[in-house]
Amino acid sequence: MNSATLDQFFVLLQHHLSALFPTVLQPWVSMILGVVGIVAVFPAIFALTTVLERKGLGRMQNRLGPNRVGPFGILQPIADAIKSLTKEDIVPRSADDVVHFLAPVVLVVAIFLGYAVLPVGRNMVLLNIDAGILLFFAVGASTELSIFMAGWSSRNKYSLLGAMRAVAQMISYEVPLLLAAVVAVMMAGSLAPTAIVQAQGGFTGIFPHWYVFTPWGFAGFALFVVAALAETNRSPFDLPEGESELVAGYFTEYSGFKFALFFLGEYLGMMSIAGYGITLFLGGWGAPFSFLTFIPSWAWFFAKLFLAIFFFIWLRGTLPRLRQDQLMNFAWKFMLPLSLLNLCVAAAWRFLGECLGSGTVAEVMRWLVCAAVLVLAYILLARTLLRRQNIRPRSYRYAD
Amino acid sequence: MLGEGILKGLGETARNFVGSFVSEDRLTTVEYPEQRLLPIENTRDFPFLVYDGADPDAGLRCVSCQICEKECPPKCIYIVKSTDKKPDYVGKPQFYPARFDIDISVCMSCQICVEVCPFEAIKMDTEFELSTDDRFGGLILDKHKLAKSNEHFQRIHPTEAAEVDARLAEEKEKVEAKAKAAAEAAAAKTAAESAAAKTAAESAARKAEDGSSGSDAEGVKP
Repeated sequence: MNSATLDQFFVLLQHHLSALFPTVLQPWVSMILGVVGIVAVFPAIFALTTVLERKGLGRMQNRLGPNRVGPFGILQPIADAIKSLTKEDIVPRSADDVVHFLAPVVLVVAIFLGYAVLPVGRNMVLLNIDAGILLFFAVGASTELSIFMAGWSSRNKYSLLGAMRAVAQMISYEVPLLLAAVVAVMMAGSLAPTAIVQAQGGFTGIFPHWYVFTPWGFAGFALFVVAALAETNRSPFDLPEGESELVAGYFTEYSGFKFALFFLGEYLGMMSIAGYGITLFLGGWGAPFSFLTFIPSWAWFFAKLFLAIFFFIWLRGTLPRLRQDQLMNFAWKFMLPLSLLNLCVAAAWRFLGECLGSGTVAEVMRWLVCAAVLVLAYILLARTLLRRQNIRPRSYRYAD
Repeated sequence: MLGEGILKGLGETARNFVGSFVSEDRLTTVEYPEQRLLPIENTRDFPFLVYDGADPDAGLRCVSCQICEKECPPKCIYIVKSTDKKPDYVGKPQFYPARFDIDISVCMSCQICVEVCPFEAIKMDTEFELSTDDRFGGLILDKHKLAKSNEHFQRIHPTEAAEVDARLAEEKEKVEAKAKAAAEAAAAKTAAESAAAKTAAESAARKAEDGSSGSDAEGVKP
């Protein structure tokens, strides 16, 4: 099997399997196969992620992590699944039971919809539509609805507080998330994820044309990562689920498999947003060096996805939780101005390229100017905000 | 500079992550059921009853005075006093508990029973693996489950046990010395009495001898 067949292995498999059916049914079978692939692969990665996360966090805290179920604790997710399936499903007596039941279902469905337009390899996208990025952000915004449904229907003040926090946080960070993503769309000139990946597909020497290697792309990527952490309620932005103050926030009143669905939804959301981060800035399924293109495209996508997940786990093992006011200040006073400036820089990059013409000197000039603007803005903004915040050792009037 | 602290923190956790694979010394936890840390000396959870010697029934120090039962704040101790008596460690006849139950689901590990006990009979244990599938009967410890040897006490709380042993030995010595003195006095008294009786008997015998000889003499006299 040569590398081209290996690259297209799953696409060919889908074709061959659907060819076994009558012609009328073929598009449907092909689509169902794609859906089954997504619904099988990503929850499997979720199961693997839970155990890797627990082991990774353990190692970061100088512990061993789970190591009882199976070799090196790798079968832990199976034990967890059996546990959550056999647990009692409690619905509070005063809860709105229809909405209480629908909330986790809506969450998981909305998040799965986001995978429909995510290219996980060359020709490997379920729905190749022109407005894919738009669809992802629209569907991603609807997860807020299910979170608020969960918090409201539980009729519990902690759930409601958690839901309010979640909605406030997700709406605030939706703005920088979108603005950070828009630069990639501007440069590729298309809202289709496949077109954005293709636009990053070339190589200069051995290095790829990923957007993250340009000043606006790097800034956009950094902003996107921070906003994505906040969107998916990951640490350090896990205020809606703060165990110490809100007893797990909006899903306090959920148990058994509904709780597991929220957990699944959260991790699937994290993976899909990481997938879009990869698509927009890290070249999607493209190889990082020109001499590594023989490795299948889907392998690159999932390698990048695991790296992104590891980075999220690493951050979770490192950073403490923010305070609510810090969270909001960071979104509106830091992220928003920087992402707006980044839009201008991206536009300037585009037109500077036309003004200065081609040539190495012009390229370097353009790179330096754009980078300088962003770095300067970053330093100035950080200094202003920190000065106003006035962080210094606290002095105690009577204790000194 | 904004973000510097985050990078430093990421470096620290990365060091931990790699280090925990490389050096065993970094791992601060032990794998519990197989590996165990010895409890520190001041550990305490629930009370137990101390007995001396090999037989828990004979050597139980508790004299069923019921002070602990009365002082226990959550009232988790239940004692039934015996009708007969058995000798304690110094040999004095004492009551003993016919029943002594502690409900450890109620006990709050306050150690007041230990502090009020005048007989050093109740002490705090370090046994923590007490989980049971019977949450009512399984958590009531009876006399036989509570009775543990003095050697166990010496092992779990060496300092306290040494103090207690010294105090008990001193007391026993005192009692023994007193008994000895009493015995000696009694012996001296009996000795004196017997000596007096002896002299009296001797003098009586002598008198009788004299009398008889006299009578003999009289009798022998024709």
